[in-house]
Amino acid sequence: MGRNLTLPTVLGIALLFGLSFLAPWLKFVFTIALAKGLAVLGILLLLRAGQVSFGHALYVAVGAYTVAFTRPVAGDVLILLPLAVLAAGTVGVLVGLFVTRYRDIFFGMLNLAFSMVFYSLLEKLYAYTKGTDGITVVRPSIAGVMLERVPYEWTMLCLALTLAVGLGLLARVFLASPLGQALPAIKTRETRLEFAGISAKRVLLVSYVASAMLAGLGGGLIAMTTLHVTPLLAYWTHSGELVFIAILGGGGAVLGPFLGAVVFELVRVYAAAAFPDAWQMILGAVLLAIILFASRGLWGIYEDLTAKRGVRS
Amino acid sequence: MTLLLLLAVLDGLAYAALVFMVAVGLTLVFGVLRVLNVAHGSFFAIGGYVAATLGGAVATTAAAPWLALPVLLVSAILVGGLLGPVVEKLLLSRIYVKDHVLQLLVTFALFMILEDVQKLIWGVQPIFQDAAVKALGPVEVGDIVYTRYQLFLLPAVAATTLLGLMWFLRRTLTGRVIVAVTQDREAATAMGIDAARVYMLTFTFGTMLAALGGALASPTSSLVPGAGVNMIVLSFAVVATAGLGQIEGAALTALLIGLGRSVAVYFAPEFEVVIPYLIMVAVLLVRPYGLFGSPELRRV
Repeated sequence: MGRNLTLPTVLGIALLFGLSFLAPWLKFVFTIALAKGLAVLGILLLLRAGQVSFGHALYVAVGAYTVAFTRPVAGDVLILLPLAVLAAGTVGVLVGLFVTRYRDIFFGMLNLAFSMVFYSLLEKLYAYTKGTDGITVVRPSIAGVMLERVPYEWTMLCLALTLAVGLGLLARVFLASPLGQALPAIKTRETRLEFAGISAKRVLLVSYVASAMLAGLGGGLIAMTTLHVTPLLAYWTHSGELVFIAILGGGGAVLGPFLGAVVFELVRVYAAAAFPDAWQMILGAVLLAIILFASRGLWGIYEDLTAKRGVRS
Repeated sequence: MTLLLLLAVLDGLAYAALVFMVAVGLTLVFGVLRVLNVAHGSFFAIGGYVAATLGGAVATTAAAPWLALPVLLVSAILVGGLLGPVVEKLLLSRIYVKDHVLQLLVTFALFMILEDVQKLIWGVQPIFQDAAVKALGPVEVGDIVYTRYQLFLLPAVAATTLLGLMWFLRRTLTGRVIVAVTQDREAATAMGIDAARVYMLTFTFGTMLAALGGALASPTSSLVPGAGVNMIVLSFAVVATAGLGQIEGAALTALLIGLGRSVAVYFAPEFEVVIPYLIMVAVLLVRPYGLFGSPELRRV
């Protein structure tokens, strides 16, 4: 746990920037990957407590639609993003008060149910959401400055990176705090946690709302990068993707979600184009393989590699 | 107004019958194996696709139109009999000892795989095959012309399934063996019961029920990608409202949710999808373990 993450983080940032300079279209891919990484960071908090949500795309969609709805009124990234986080947090408290009464199966499936309800509302309430057509988002200004496309994309990438590093650090501090340390206790023996005078429900609710806000932030960033939102953001396949990235990256460290998300998005660019009808199948098969054979994910593999090298030298 | 209400009730009954078929399989498998199978929804969809394909073949070649009806049952047995044992042996039997979250992830992964298998085999265009409905013809209820298939066959199959299951689990040797394994696997094994075989049998049977639900649904609604996910989420709502592992309870909640949904279809179509979950949330707020569940979850 107490590993030094500075070197891999700096290397990762350098690699992202270097690749973006070489192939400009990668800016877009990386920004989306980092935005999803933020949502997955939220999933990671819940995974620490042994809980998996099959419905976190709900909060991504809430964040994204908040941006789409308020863009005509408030046109700045610095206003839109906090609004997206706030909206996702509010929905997170409401849904969280209900779902944190449950664990395991109920927790996962109730989240799925809520996200699917939201999806169909987005699809059916055409008058407000334009249904499956979605809403186009006009490029917002950043701190009062309207930027052209290329500088805008660079700024969004930098913004996503800053948020990823900042919130990754914050998540690390949170996980090391007494509240964060209570999360694994929910997984191992909840009753003992309660005996120690700590409310498991409250611990889980705090983490749940935090995870919803992270997902909302990710959704806001996605809306500002793709400049178009559709109900598909809330669909179960999207929730499945987030869970997939969390497992792929591994839950061992806060870098896992971002590593997982970048690898995932890069593979997707090629694989989804080559096998559009078999994409979910590939995801499912890889997910099975990771669960059954490499349960600590990519980050676990990285740790194993570096650990061995450390012993040798 | 009354006409619409009558129509809503008829639709609700037929729909509840279908949902019950899927939900009862889900709850039975959970009751015995303690695994919530997310891929149950895929078995529903695959059952529907196979029935539509076979039904199409029968409708164009066979002389007797009534043959479309047994085809539905045959498809369900085919899908359940082939997929059930394979999935149980290759996948589920490896994860019974793991924690619930991993089990859920494994069945979710299977679900993702099966969704694309459907797309690869049957494409993404809607498929519709209503030979079975035509074979039974229409019937008049008051001023409404309704199909015999939905009015008689669907509720009859659901009722037979419910009563048959209750009789099977309480009165037959195999049924009692299943209940014994459910209550205490170790004690049952000590008595000489082959628990692994019971698990496989139950899972296969549960798969057949889901496939039968899909086969029965296929003549009344067209098959599109996403049918599986809607059904797993809905039947989970039914099962959770009733209490996980409750068979009779699942019948009652399926009726409640089916009727609620079809009333919404006629009177507030935008909220059709929301009603089942509103019912679920309302029930779970008052009774966190479902209408018939208890904290310890009496099983089967």
